[in-house]
Amino acid sequence: MSDQEYIPKSKFGKWFNDRLPLLTLANHLTDYPTPKNLNYWWTFGGILTFCLITQIVTGLVLAMHYIAHADMAFDSVEHIMRDVNYGWLIRYIHANGASMFFLAVYIHIFRSLFYGSYKAPREIIWIIGIIIYLLMMAAAFLGYVLPWGQMSFWGATVITNLFSAIPLVGEGIVTWLWGGYSVDNPTLTRFFTLHYLIPFLILGLVVLHIWALHVPGNNNPVGIDIQKPSKDTVPFHPYIVIKDGFALLMFMIVFAFFVFYTPNILGHADNYIEANPLVTPAHIVPEWYLLPFYAILRSVPDKLLGVVAMLSAILILAALPWLDTSKIRSAVFRPLYKQFYWILVADVLILGYVGAMPAEGLYLLIARIATAYYFLHFLIILPVLGFREKTMPLPLSITEPILGGSPNLVLAKDRKKFKN
Amino acid sequence: MAEKKTNRRDFLFTATYAVGAVGVGAVVWPMVDQMNPDASVKALASTEVDVSSVTPGKTITVLWRGKPVFIRRRTQDEIIEAKSVKMEELKHPEKDEDRAKNPEWLVMLGVCTHLGCVPLDQKGDYNGWFCPCHGSHYDISGRIRKGPAPTNMEIPEYKFVNSDTIKIG
Repeated sequence: MSDQEYIPKSKFGKWFNDRLPLLTLANHLTDYPTPKNLNYWWTFGGILTFCLITQIVTGLVLAMHYIAHADMAFDSVEHIMRDVNYGWLIRYIHANGASMFFLAVYIHIFRSLFYGSYKAPREIIWIIGIIIYLLMMAAAFLGYVLPWGQMSFWGATVITNLFSAIPLVGEGIVTWLWGGYSVDNPTLTRFFTLHYLIPFLILGLVVLHIWALHVPGNNNPVGIDIQKPSKDTVPFHPYIVIKDGFALLMFMIVFAFFVFYTPNILGHADNYIEANPLVTPAHIVPEWYLLPFYAILRSVPDKLLGVVAMLSAILILAALPWLDTSKIRSAVFRPLYKQFYWILVADVLILGYVGAMPAEGLYLLIARIATAYYFLHFLIILPVLGFREKTMPLPLSITEPILGGSPNLVLAKDRKKFKN
Repeated sequence: MAEKKTNRRDFLFTATYAVGAVGVGAVVWPMVDQMNPDASVKALASTEVDVSSVTPGKTITVLWRGKPVFIRRRTQDEIIEAKSVKMEELKHPEKDEDRAKNPEWLVMLGVCTHLGCVPLDQKGDYNGWFCPCHGSHYDISGRIRKGPAPTNMEIPEYKFVNSDTIKIG
């Protein structure tokens, strides 16, 4: 929050601002003090905003040409691809945009994990973020059903059937979700409605996410509180705007590469076959961004417990601010946590890999070990580590290590001087 | 006014909240129930199938309520195999006689009880059905033998209208 009262320069501006303080808000956003040591991992918030807007705009356009009916949906998507002017481009941006969105959100989440951004006083930012992530998964799943291909249909069947694991009311819930006795036209129309709704819910939550961020201010790679007002911060505009803009351009190059050179590499060929309720594809796989959770689901031999494990794997993240007992935020000063962090990254990547493989033999064994380790990390390692780990000394301020003479060897610019 | 006594105003508050809650419930229920199967979906609840062309050892798949139904005419060997299985070997114990009233005909929902995929015919470790999604194996009576599925494949309500026609539903 800007500390001093903002007064618009023009007379009209003052008149307007007294009635609706939009200019005060704009001033707060441009002047917002940002730690000056933010690295490029901090640019993904801006990139994610871009992804959300891209999905909303392209989705809006696709909805003008798409027909949400079981008999026509598949053909209407081909109609978009072949007949609609630039339809192919808009659909490929939307389809690959989902993957890019998840790529960015995973980097954003793992940045938080590394630098302890979820810790006090930023727990609410983190929990809103987890809710956004859950809604993103829901939107991605619902959207994947709309082309009404084989993967759409059977993906929808498998995921909605997860609810049948609930004792007593499960079957009733599934029938209610379907609006029939199987995935069919009523399912498609409601999925389309919800797919349209969720991005706007996400947009609202993004506003809350940023609002909650602007109360304590950004975390930073050193993970210590900034002293305001001080030389520790720079105004958001132009410094962070330019940096975010540059990162966004780099990101758009990757995005464009997928859209223009390999638009289908992240999808499944089976989804270019129209939905057929009599034939299940030989190998049902979700989109890449859901694979780690799919691996967890399949690694548990019991139906209900498998679903519980998969949901817990996501919801456990919401409890992270309290599971991590260490007061030190940044992994830079936590030599042991840093190692466990990278093991967790590897563990999630392994889960993603085995999630794409058939659930049998060695793959199943690896999936089970990786699932066990995932929960071990959050439920045992993190709480214990906070008490046992010998952390390194923190610098006194963000500026201090840059100017040299920090007691911390990792950060001290002038190490020789310190040793003398 | 030191001690708290129930008075007329408390009664009015409680009564207002109660009426309000009933009103909200009355409005919410139609919103929830509209998602349940509608009249046109329920109208398609039964289907008749001509099975005169099905020879022993052959399975046909028909669509009923949007779901596949397997109709298998079993061979003598298969019937013997299905009946010889001991109950203690089964995860979901059901006698073959209870699943196939006429042992020659097995009529069941071709939907894996794990997560709803369609199992493949004449595959798997028990020469019955095998679900390719998550690896559930069913025997020739459609009973779960191995894998994550919790129960046997479901038997729908059906009857022989005459010797050539089965009515499902």
